[in-house]
Amino acid sequence: MTTFALPLVIGVAFGWTLERAGLGSARKLVGQFYLRDLTVFKVMFSALVTAMLGLFWLGRLGVIDLAAVYVPQTFVAPQSLGGVLFGVGFVVSGLCPGTSCVAAATGRLDGVATVAGMFAGVLLTGLALPSIWTFYESTPRGAVTLPDALRLPYGAVVFGVVLAALVGFQIAERLERRA
Amino acid sequence: MTPTGPRPYANPYVAGTALGLVLLGAFVFAGRGLGASGAFASVAAATAHAVAPASTASNTYFAGYLADGARPWTDWLVLELAGAMAGAWMSARLAGRTALVIERGAGVAASARLAMAAAGGGVMGAGAVFARGCTSGQALSGGAVLSPGSWLFIAGAFGAAYVTAPILRRVWR
Repeated sequence: MTTFALPLVIGVAFGWTLERAGLGSARKLVGQFYLRDLTVFKVMFSALVTAMLGLFWLGRLGVIDLAAVYVPQTFVAPQSLGGVLFGVGFVVSGLCPGTSCVAAATGRLDGVATVAGMFAGVLLTGLALPSIWTFYESTPRGAVTLPDALRLPYGAVVFGVVLAALVGFQIAERLERRA
Repeated sequence: MTPTGPRPYANPYVAGTALGLVLLGAFVFAGRGLGASGAFASVAAATAHAVAPASTASNTYFAGYLADGARPWTDWLVLELAGAMAGAWMSARLAGRTALVIERGAGVAASARLAMAAAGGGVMGAGAVFARGCTSGQALSGGAVLSPGSWLFIAGAFGAAYVTAPILRRVWR
């Protein structure tokens, strides 16, 4: 039951909220990078902060065991390069992987083209990856977290991210008024 | 009857908080975050395996998606992303926002826009492989669990996007 129904239900809610936020529209998304429309930043960081605070408090109150929550492994160099490639592709296509699926599902043909291009990109990179495997697995840091890496209390890092997001929201509102 | 156009989008902070609760739900009930590019990797592995089983099995990257008991065509992320497309369609349909269009800036023809979308998607796909995720799996989900690699990904992606954007200003006018 949970193997099929759970991801589908979570997915429906995921796609629904992305579409409601307007993130299925490439023109709206790129507004972020010309400082006309900062919806991407606002939605992303509201979501990140909500989930981060939820995990922190559910863990602290003993409702969930944080050790059971998946933390991705960090690989400093390949993930940094991956981020840079991703950012370039994001501006060229105007969509990201999740939002291109939202765009495609709601009739945007640019979304369909992005989905097709991304599939080709993942397939070709995957085929070529064994020949650059050393780089792919370089600079491993394991499944650490920022509190581990910075030797700071979990709560202090959470507080810092919330503060940074609130300052970011203020700046975003100002930039939009100016645009 | 007055003509009704597409309804306006939700307040970004409200939509973002709702998205955060969906992400929190995924963490609590599934023990994992949201994702998108991983579904592409799973389907790519399955496709490569269907075309060339022997060489795909020896590909270290794809082999990870084809381990014993794995179901790459109906992997967790593939089902989640299929659900996301259905949810997006329902939301857009109810708000009158479904439309067969090519969204583009005034500075570019439709055919060029489609070519750029595909090319941008290809570069993003390569980036997502190296980053081990995308805006969903790394930036949102990894960001919320405070993974350093995820925050490096966020910095790299936003930094590169802001450096690239001025070059494409005419395209997105």
